[in-house]
Amino acid sequence: MKHFILVAILVAILTVAVGTGLSAIGLMPEQASLQSVFIDQLFQKHVWTISFLFALIIGFMLYSIVVFRRKEDEQGDHFEGNTPLEIVWTIIPLITVLYFAYLGSQALAEVRRADPNATNITAVGQQWSWRFEYTDYGFISDELRLPVNRQSLIMTTSTDVIHSFWVPEFRVKQDALPGDGMERELRITPTKVGRYKVRCAELCGTQHAYMLADVIVMEPEAFDQWVQEQMQGPSGTPVERGAEWYQQFGCAACHSIDGTPRVGPSWKGLFGEEVTLADGSTVIADEAYLFESIRDPQAKIVQGFETVLMPPTGQSMTDEQVQDVIEFIKSLSEQESD
Amino acid sequence: MSATKRVNIFSLSLVRGIVFQILGTLVGIGVVTLIRLLMGLPAWKAEPAGVFGAFLGVLFFLVGAGTIRDWYKMALGEPVSDHHAADPEQPGWAKYFNISYDHKVIGIQYGVTSVVVMLLAGSFALIFRAELARAGLQLIELDMFNTLVGLHGIVMIASILLGVGAMSNYLVPLLIGASDMAFPRLNAFAYWVNVPGALLVVSSLFLGGFDTGWTGYPPLSARAPLGMQMFFLGVYFIGLSSILGSLNLIVTVIRMRAPGMSYFRMPIFVWAAVATSIIGLTATQLIGLSFQMVMFQRLFGMGFFDPAKGGNVILFQHLFWFYSHPAVYVFILPGLGIISELLPVFVRKPLFGYKWIAMSSLGIALVGFFVWAHHMFTAGMEEYLRVPFMYSTLLVAVPTGVKFFSWVGTMWRGRMSFETPMLFTLGAVSIFLLGGLTGPPNATVATDLHLQDSYWIVGHFHATMFGGFVFPWFAAIYYWFPKFTGKMYNEKLGKLHFWLMFPAFYLMSLGQMRVGLLGMRRRIADYDPALGFDNTQTLVTIAGYVIAFSVLLFLFNLVRSIRSGEVAVANPWNSRSPEFQLPSPIPEHNYAEHPFVVVGEPYDYGLADAEYVRFGAASEPAAAD
Repeated sequence: MKHFILVAILVAILTVAVGTGLSAIGLMPEQASLQSVFIDQLFQKHVWTISFLFALIIGFMLYSIVVFRRKEDEQGDHFEGNTPLEIVWTIIPLITVLYFAYLGSQALAEVRRADPNATNITAVGQQWSWRFEYTDYGFISDELRLPVNRQSLIMTTSTDVIHSFWVPEFRVKQDALPGDGMERELRITPTKVGRYKVRCAELCGTQHAYMLADVIVMEPEAFDQWVQEQMQGPSGTPVERGAEWYQQFGCAACHSIDGTPRVGPSWKGLFGEEVTLADGSTVIADEAYLFESIRDPQAKIVQGFETVLMPPTGQSMTDEQVQDVIEFIKSLSEQESD
Repeated sequence: MSATKRVNIFSLSLVRGIVFQILGTLVGIGVVTLIRLLMGLPAWKAEPAGVFGAFLGVLFFLVGAGTIRDWYKMALGEPVSDHHAADPEQPGWAKYFNISYDHKVIGIQYGVTSVVVMLLAGSFALIFRAELARAGLQLIELDMFNTLVGLHGIVMIASILLGVGAMSNYLVPLLIGASDMAFPRLNAFAYWVNVPGALLVVSSLFLGGFDTGWTGYPPLSARAPLGMQMFFLGVYFIGLSSILGSLNLIVTVIRMRAPGMSYFRMPIFVWAAVATSIIGLTATQLIGLSFQMVMFQRLFGMGFFDPAKGGNVILFQHLFWFYSHPAVYVFILPGLGIISELLPVFVRKPLFGYKWIAMSSLGIALVGFFVWAHHMFTAGMEEYLRVPFMYSTLLVAVPTGVKFFSWVGTMWRGRMSFETPMLFTLGAVSIFLLGGLTGPPNATVATDLHLQDSYWIVGHFHATMFGGFVFPWFAAIYYWFPKFTGKMYNEKLGKLHFWLMFPAFYLMSLGQMRVGLLGMRRRIADYDPALGFDNTQTLVTIAGYVIAFSVLLFLFNLVRSIRSGEVAVANPWNSRSPEFQLPSPIPEHNYAEHPFVVVGEPYDYGLADAEYVRFGAASEPAAAD
């Protein structure tokens, strides 16, 4: 009996030490959404359960290692098992895990609680950038701006491979899948004004590590004002608008405008140049060529880029937007010749 | 040692196999190119030529190495020899490079291949961990990083499967009193098919690599370089080995136990090996199938997973995880069996709750078939499926808990001693505990929305793999080393290996979990310094290098002990198990000259005059059913 009392004390001390230690070092990043509250509460329950069970097994082991070590050549006590005990330590964990499954279901229900007035946003992943379609208002942005304390319903989708939408401060995550009818929903109610980042969490090819997008949580008034500005669309010259689309549609992920080598050919000095294609033939990069390459990227593949599959982003652009982008590309050659 | 025997290296099966594999690959490439020419197509197309070449290369290897020679003779009705003695014209080491039907030679072949492959996979990790020590890109390109991450995963899996094969092949016949496995030729075949398979997987490194990780999810894998196809084919053949090996093991255990050895009197490791083999025999087909479907999508345009052709990307994940989750139990169940096998010996006490431990292995194997979709909680499968899979996943904790409590019960009031195998066993219990306890937060869906695809998961499964396989594997090697070689390993170096690896592992695993919770994603070459965990990453890298160093110490210890170690006594651990009653090293036909009957319980340590096996009493070695 003496042994059991000593071990119980050891287990209690270890539980408190491990549990308070883990709680004190700050395991989770900033809590910046309503959903993260429920997730962190459940996680905290896990932390204490883990601390207790770790202390229980390790406490008994440490005690046995110290007290029951072999002093001279002798044999241990002879007992082969204890069926009532085995039943107890089958039933109690069973109840515990069922209880945790129940807690998990409850937390999941809270995380998915729908607000009918949520702002609708479609998050489109493509190698290797995000764009956000504000479907209620009819504009597209390359940064995700959200109103604070209002729910946003984010539908994730992809134009090429599987990506995953994750903002660690919001906790929730959802893969973005290619294909019709494969949009999946994620509900986020930001609770803190500030800047965060969407981080693609599903390996999606070469530049996966850098597939990030800015998230800006704003006061509702500021958000509404931003929406108004966006709805007017980018003003100014076609070149300025083209520069805007270059960012928003994610062209920038693969095509540099200063000649730096990226996954796709750089746009610097491209217009009017002779381009060598994969089959060895050459073509002049005129308006018709650029228009075709944006709309149907596989039609003519530039030599050296045979293994790169450009996503069909151009198919979701209007003719005017494509034309703006071509003007923008033209301007990159004119600067050079000046 | 008076006259050095010379070996013509082309007489070795391994060398002949590889030469034939190269030849077969060239023939395959030639055939495809010729057919394309005759059809009036552009002659050269890398993908079909490469895949068919690789496929034919493996078949050529198997023929060239001689794995099917006996079957062919049987088909012709020619006599074949059952004896598996090594060629006396060749030095002793040569038998390990040749076809042998001796389960002990095959066990060593599996084991050595496993360690070699593990060194390779570990080196991949050392390269990309060096890259991850600080934010920014310093050492390797992005594509190389992605390929190395995927290769580290799949080559380690191959290494673990080979290690599992080593333990079941070497130990199970010895533990149940059989003279060999039930199907010795199939046993050799199952080993040798791994070699060309592993060569294919590694060849992917030189054929453009693959940037999908070991999971190979389409559509990414449908557009990856040619290396992807080599990866698929290689895994396909390694999987075939798993299926055949499992079949052989189950038959061996059912048919070839020593007289008197009822199922509940088998050494406990045998239960674990059977539970593992049930999974290997019935689930491996699914990963082969899922990879084959992507292979065919690429080769023939069958749009299984191509949304543009009506395919579905989620379907792949279901098929893939239907094997790949139970596969985790293939990796850990033998290790847990080693823990249960070794604890009573070093505690000098019966295994607490033998039947419960045996049944918990089967329980884990069974429940393991119903939990696969927990890998897909954020993948976008039907939302309502998440809740039932949460319940089934959490149930795994129950049989696993039974094992832990029973191990503690075994230690309680024992008389423990702490030789190297015992240190690794205790280390395994504590690390597997860490891995097990960090599982439930991934199972409850809400918390998993944060944890999925983060470095937390990396920390969690490295803890399950080190606790469930790596530590028990080292424990087993040290424990049975005198039986393999007739020599003792160096105890001081063995302990040093443990005391470097054990704390380094805790540091590595906890560090991985820490950065994961803070926002570190899996499989990224570079991370945002704003997340503020550069220093933790550096520690994880250092810990990884310490682990690597300790493994080098382990190898040094083994090599030195084989050459100049002390000669081992027959039963250095005072074990009750039958193989320790045989001389070291073990005679070629095991118990053929030393038949025994089982007369008592396997783990009656601490009970005076209790017998387990009695030698010389059997009239003839027969199956026990």
